[in-house]
Amino acid sequence: MKIKFVETSKIWITISVVVILLGIGFAVFRGLNIGIDFSGGSLLYANIGKDYNVEDIREIVAKNGISADVIKAGDAQQDVIIRMQDTEGLLDIQKQIISDLQEKYNLTADQFNIDTVGATIGGELVKNALMSLAIAFILMLAYIWFRFELLTGAAAIVALFHDILVMFAAVAILRVPINSSFVAALLTIVGYSINNTIVVFDRVRENRKRFGKKISNSELVNKSINESIARSINTSLTTLFTITMVYILGVESVKEFALPLIVGLIAGTYSSLFIAGPLWAWWSDLSVREKASAAK
Amino acid sequence: MNFKSLVKLVLIICIIAVLSFIALNGLEIGIYKVVPMKDGIVLGLDLQGGLYSIYEAKVEPNDPDKSSKIESAIQVMRNRLDQANQYEATVAPQGDNRIRVEIPGIKDPQQLMEILGKPAVLEFVDPEGNVVITGQDIKSAKPGFGEKQMPVVNFELLPEGAKKFADATAKNIGKAITITLDKEIISSPIVESVISGGKGVITGMKSIEEARQLANLIQSGALPVELEQIEIRTIGATLGANALQKGIQAGIIGSIFVLLFMLVYYRLPGLVADLALIVYILITGIVLVTTKVALTLPGLAGVILSIGMAVDANVIIFERIKEELKAGKTLRASVDSGFHKAFGAILDSNITTIIAALVLWYLGTGPIQGFAKTLFIGVLASMFTAIFFTRYIIRLVMDLNLQNRKLYGA
Repeated sequence: MKIKFVETSKIWITISVVVILLGIGFAVFRGLNIGIDFSGGSLLYANIGKDYNVEDIREIVAKNGISADVIKAGDAQQDVIIRMQDTEGLLDIQKQIISDLQEKYNLTADQFNIDTVGATIGGELVKNALMSLAIAFILMLAYIWFRFELLTGAAAIVALFHDILVMFAAVAILRVPINSSFVAALLTIVGYSINNTIVVFDRVRENRKRFGKKISNSELVNKSINESIARSINTSLTTLFTITMVYILGVESVKEFALPLIVGLIAGTYSSLFIAGPLWAWWSDLSVREKASAAK
Repeated sequence: MNFKSLVKLVLIICIIAVLSFIALNGLEIGIYKVVPMKDGIVLGLDLQGGLYSIYEAKVEPNDPDKSSKIESAIQVMRNRLDQANQYEATVAPQGDNRIRVEIPGIKDPQQLMEILGKPAVLEFVDPEGNVVITGQDIKSAKPGFGEKQMPVVNFELLPEGAKKFADATAKNIGKAITITLDKEIISSPIVESVISGGKGVITGMKSIEEARQLANLIQSGALPVELEQIEIRTIGATLGANALQKGIQAGIIGSIFVLLFMLVYYRLPGLVADLALIVYILITGIVLVTTKVALTLPGLAGVILSIGMAVDANVIIFERIKEELKAGKTLRASVDSGFHKAFGAILDSNITTIIAALVLWYLGTGPIQGFAKTLFIGVLASMFTAIFFTRYIIRLVMDLNLQNRKLYGA
């Protein structure tokens, strides 16, 4: 089966644009779920170990005079996550809540995870995250520039932005917290997705050498993608197998890491097949036409 | 059929089997002991439970004594942790006004946080309520045994404190001088004689253990700077263990999926790739054990993720081999050119992942750094196994003259 990637590319690009716009819509109208890493505040995770009424815990929280999100968690819904904003005396309030919970449900100290991040350090973590993204980008661009011609590099970068935007859309829609591990997921996907795109363009380069100008850019891209599609899909599948198991079996915090990775893997494979190649073919045709018209 | 190649192949498979067995179960020969891999890998705080905390010192940015104040605050914290038997704790400066504390494997992080955070103002107070000396006057305090083998604390004062203390004891013979820590009375020894030499003894402890605790509290004294906790992460041991167990489960099931997929889809080369994947997992484990890189929860996710990614290079190679076979080349020529042509793509694609891992390694914090490290180790190990190991094995397999092209997926 041969898929005409270039000719049908409008459909593929539309699908991506819709997903991204949907994400932007969610982000604008419902806001993003900024994790405590970046916003500051406190996240208390407790394993209650039996069925409980979430209202009881909301009461305990309210009694301690703090507004917090209280949600059930865990496979058996026997865990609780309490998320508190950064406020004056947060540590003491938190301590009181913990001891109230310990008393009510007869819990020991090792059934709690507590993350507390001050607002100042939250700001620094944001700065740090943005810097990591920027540096990784520059390094990868340098690599692409070194390795490929201009148009290929440009197409690879568009694919890259596509993947990042889709990941953002996913966390906006699914309300996954944006924290340090999301940034790590982003960088991993950026690396992985370029990797996929490179394999496709590697094939384009090889086929160009083999067939020269005998075939059009569109034919060249279609042929190259079809030749490398088995590889692209298979490696994405094996990676999806493992990371999906992490998502299914993992604990809450690892799920938050695995979910963006899963979305990113799919987006990365999608963009290297349906976006990068067709874009390159279009742009190459355009530049050929421009040169031709300039020559007249 | 090439007999030598067969022997080599069988030998390699045996070695891998033995290594895998040792990795799972450990080994004991005489005095030499190899622990199972799962016990040899250093676990991060988020997997074994523990406390991670960043303290910020409230000092003027251009205080000339800033670094020495922070240095002594670190010393005080370390003393307190030693006193609580937390010898595996790390207390280290971070940046120029922060202190990072990491304590692995503790049952009650909240309790330790209190020990650490205590401002600990130590005072010796006379019966009228005047502060005679404070913790800063004390040079040293040690537990010991006094008359009738009663546990005591021997302390020594700095010259200025010694003078003040001599005056105070002269005035209060027969009365009690109260020692308070954060206004809490920890001991009320009766002054028996004038203490003029700057050395004193506190009696009245019930056990040597109590004497040691008191000595430590006096010794570690007050924190020289005010510290604010700006980041605290505590992980309960049970929750950490649970996360680890679930992670391992995910890794095992995920790996089985990958192994089966490769075998079913690529047949004989798939079997070789499976062998390579086992070698890859072994290498990653050995590197983690020997380098003592702590495995964090995201790090574990990274290892599992990289198990899926590790077969990528093999997939690229095998797809190539299939193509070359379809193009009508001989088996050997197909395998050779498959490896040859795939090499560029493999190298290129791994470099970008290495870039991502390195950036995270240097700029990431805490658990994320753990992820970067395992990702980095994973990518290098997978390149090695895919390019060298798989190639070597495939050649050996070809020497066996298993010429049925179907075995290669053509």
